[in-house]
Amino acid sequence: MSIILDKVNYIYGEGSGFVKHALKDVSLAVDKNEFIGLIGHTGSGKSTLTQIFNGLLRATSGDVYFNGDNIYDKDYDMKKLRSKVGLVFQYPEHQLFETTVFKDVCFGPKNLGLDKRECELRAFEALELVGMDKELFYNSPFELSGGQKRRAAIAGVIAMKPEVLILDEPTAGLDPQGRDEILDMVKAMHEQTQMTVILVSHSMEDVAKYVGRILVMNDGCLMYDDTPREVFAHYRELEKIGLAAPQVTYIMHALKERGMDVDTDAITIEEGFRSICKAFGR
Amino acid sequence: MLKDITIGQYYPTGSAIHKLDPRVKLFGTILYIVTLFIARNPVVYILAAAFLFTCIGIAKVPLKYILRGLKTIMIILAFSLIFNIFFTEGRVLVQFWKIKITYEGIIQAVYMGIRLILLIIGSSLMTLTTTPNDLTDGMEKGLRFLTVIKIPVHEVAMMMSIALRFIPILMEETDKIMKAQTARGASFDEGNFFKRIKALIPILVPLFISAIRRAYDLATAMEARCYRGGKGRTKMKPLKYGKKDGLAYIILFAYLGLIIAARILWNKFVQVG
Amino acid sequence: MGIVRTKDLVYEYIKRDEDGNVEAVNKAVDNVNIDIEPGQFIAILGHNGSGKSTLAKHINALLLPTEGAVYVEDMSTQDEDKLWDIRQNAGMIFQNPDNQIIGTVVQEDVGFGPENLGVPTDEIWQRVGDALEAVGMTAYREYSPNKLSGGQKQRVAIAGVVAMKPKCIIMDEPTAMLDPNGRREVINTVMELNRKEKVTIILITHYMDEAARADKIFVMDKGKVVMEGTPREIFSQVEKMQAIRLDVPQATELAYMLNKSGIPVPQDVLTPEELVDELCRLY
Repeated sequence: MSIILDKVNYIYGEGSGFVKHALKDVSLAVDKNEFIGLIGHTGSGKSTLTQIFNGLLRATSGDVYFNGDNIYDKDYDMKKLRSKVGLVFQYPEHQLFETTVFKDVCFGPKNLGLDKRECELRAFEALELVGMDKELFYNSPFELSGGQKRRAAIAGVIAMKPEVLILDEPTAGLDPQGRDEILDMVKAMHEQTQMTVILVSHSMEDVAKYVGRILVMNDGCLMYDDTPREVFAHYRELEKIGLAAPQVTYIMHALKERGMDVDTDAITIEEGFRSICKAFGR
Repeated sequence: MLKDITIGQYYPTGSAIHKLDPRVKLFGTILYIVTLFIARNPVVYILAAAFLFTCIGIAKVPLKYILRGLKTIMIILAFSLIFNIFFTEGRVLVQFWKIKITYEGIIQAVYMGIRLILLIIGSSLMTLTTTPNDLTDGMEKGLRFLTVIKIPVHEVAMMMSIALRFIPILMEETDKIMKAQTARGASFDEGNFFKRIKALIPILVPLFISAIRRAYDLATAMEARCYRGGKGRTKMKPLKYGKKDGLAYIILFAYLGLIIAARILWNKFVQVG
Repeated sequence: MGIVRTKDLVYEYIKRDEDGNVEAVNKAVDNVNIDIEPGQFIAILGHNGSGKSTLAKHINALLLPTEGAVYVEDMSTQDEDKLWDIRQNAGMIFQNPDNQIIGTVVQEDVGFGPENLGVPTDEIWQRVGDALEAVGMTAYREYSPNKLSGGQKQRVAIAGVVAMKPKCIIMDEPTAMLDPNGRREVINTVMELNRKEKVTIILITHYMDEAARADKIFVMDKGKVVMEGTPREIFSQVEKMQAIRLDVPQATELAYMLNKSGIPVPQDVLTPEELVDELCRLY
C-alpha cells in the first residue's frame, strides 16, 4: 500500500463569504506500481485531490496515510512526503527558473539536503529517464520547446526519486506529436522504475490508451474508481457530468445496437479494430 | 494571504457613489488624503473617520471586505508604529538602556496608525467603487492639462489600467508558482533573513518571465485591435458631469471646510488652553 | 477574388548569436499561396513550429512578408496607409485569453476595439451589445473577466473582435489552453458566427475534431502548405497525415485500418455515425 485516503473532506474559504466543498468524503487507496488516470471536468475536485496526495493542502477532515504513516501526525516530515509523492503541475513555466536545465533539475534534490555529487547524479539520471537530449542539458530551460520544457519539469520532480508521480495534464498545449512522445515516455518510465503514476487528463482517448485504472471525480465526490473498461461502460453517466468515452466506445455500442456481434468494452482503436474484424469473420 | 488584497478590485453594487463621475472620486480621494495630513488632533480624525464610514455605508460595500485589505499592510503598519514609538523625542515615559518610550511617541504612533488605516481604506474605497477603466478615464480627462508640459497622460493612464487588470492574475500565478516549488521541496519560511530572500528566487524568476511574456502578448493583442495611442480614440463612456457630481463637489468642499475649521478651533482653544 | 490571399509568401526568421551576428536564417513560412473565399470556415492544421502562427500574424499585418505579399480585401499588408483598415477587417484571437483582455469589466473590454477605431459613443454601445449577444455572453457584461471560465474569457475576446465588425477572424489556437467544455463552447460560438453573421473564419488548431467541421483545411509542415482540401479529402489520407505526425478522427483511423485488412469500408468517413452506417451496410 502506498497512499490511503480515509474520508477526506476539503473545504475552501471556510469562514469567508465564498465557501466551496471541494472534496466530499473521498476514500481510496493507491497501490505500488499502478498507472492511474484521474479525470473530471474543471472544478470537479481533481486538482484539489492531487494536492492532498502530497500534503500541499491539508484535508479539512479525514486522514491520509503514506506507507502506513498518518501524514497529519505532528512530527511527520512533510518535505520527505513531497519528495516521495512528486507532483508536476500543468505549466512547466511555473517551476523552471535556473540558468541551465541541469541546475534546475538539481533544485529538488538540493532541497532534500543531499550533497552536490548525489544531486548531480540524480539530475543526470532523471534527465536520461525523461529522454532529454544531452545537448540540451546545459541550455537555458527557457529556450526549450514546449515538449522539452515538460520533460525538464518532470525530470525536476523525478530527481527527488518519488514513489508516486502525479502529472497534472502533462500534454496541455502540446501538438499530437509532442503529446504522444510525452505519454510514451511516461509509460516507459513507469515500466522501468515501477513508480506509481497518476495522470490527470482531459483526453479520454489518452487515458484509455495508457492507464490501468481510472478515478472519476464529480462535484467533489469520487464517482467511479475502476478499470477503464468498467468506467467507460458508464458512458451515458459520464456524459451527464460533462465527460465522455473515447469515440471508439460509441462506435462499438452503436454497432452492437444495430445487431453486430462486437465487444462493447473496446476502448482503444486497436481493440475496436480486432473486435470488428472478428465480427466480420477475419 | 494573497486573496486579501482588495486594492485595485472592483466591487459592483450600483450605489450612488459607484455612479459618480470618476473625476469626482479621484479629486475626493486626493482631498481626503490631504485632510488626513492636516489632521493633528482627535476631533479631526473622528470627523475624517465618520466621513469615510458614511461614504462606505452609501457605497454598500461590505465593511468586512474592505477591512480584509488591511491585513496586507499590517507589516508596514507595525513597522511605522514601532518606528514612531521608539524614535520620537519628548517626555520620557519608560526607559531601559538606550531605548525610551515617550508620550509624544505614543501619540505620534497612534495618529500615524489611524492616518495610515484611513488612507488605505479611503483609497481602496475609490478603487472598489470605480472600475479601473473609469478611473483611468477620469485621470486622463481630469489631468489632461498636464499634456501641456509633455506628460503622456493617456499612456500613463493606460499603463495603470493594465497594471490593475493584471495584478490579480499575477497574484494567482504567484500562488501557483509557490505551490510548484513547494512540491519540489522548497520552503519559504525557514532559515535566516538572507536564506529567505534567496528562497524567493525560484518564485521571482518564473513570475518575471511570465509577466514579460504576458506583456508581449498583450501588446500584440492591443495592436491587433487597432490600438494606436490616445489620438482619434472615442470613448464608450465619455465623462460628463451631472447634478449629483456637483452635489458631491459641494459635500467635499463642505467636508474640507469642516476639517480646516476643526483644526483651527482645536489649536485655538484646546492645545493653547 | 478571395478575401484573404497570399502570393509566394516567404517569411525568414533570422537567428542571431550573442554578438548579433547572423547564425542561421530559417524560413518560417516558405512560399505559401492560399486564397480564401468570403464566408468560408478554414482550418489550418500543423504541429508546433510548422509556420501556422507566423502565417496567421501576416494576415493581420502583425508581421510583414520577407518576400511575396499578403492581401486582405485586396489591400496589401505592406501598404502602411491601409494598416488600420486591414486590422479592422481581419480580427485576431490568440491562444491565452487572459493576455488579450484589456478591460477589467467584460463590456469595457468589448468596447476597446471600437474605441480605437473612433466609433461614436452610441454606436459603441450598440456594437458591444450585439457582439456580446453573438457570443452568448450578454448575461456577463458587468462581470470581471477574472471571474469567468477559460471558455467564457475566450468568448469575450471573440466579442471584442466582433465589435470591430471584421469581415474575417483569424484564430491562433484559441482552444489550446481550454478544457473540453471550454473548447466546445468556443468552437460552437465560432461556428455560429460563421453561419449566421457570415464572418470568414481562419482557425489554427491541432485538434482534428475542430478542423473536421471546417469547409476547407490547409495542412502546414515545415513552413509549406503540404495538403489542401475538404476535411474528407484530408483525413482520408491517413498515411500521409500520420507521416507528418498529425491525428485523424478515431472513426477515420478505424475505417482506414479495417479497409487495409480487407473490409471494404470507404476511407473518407469522418464521424462515428458514418462508420457505423457503412459497417452495417457491409455486415
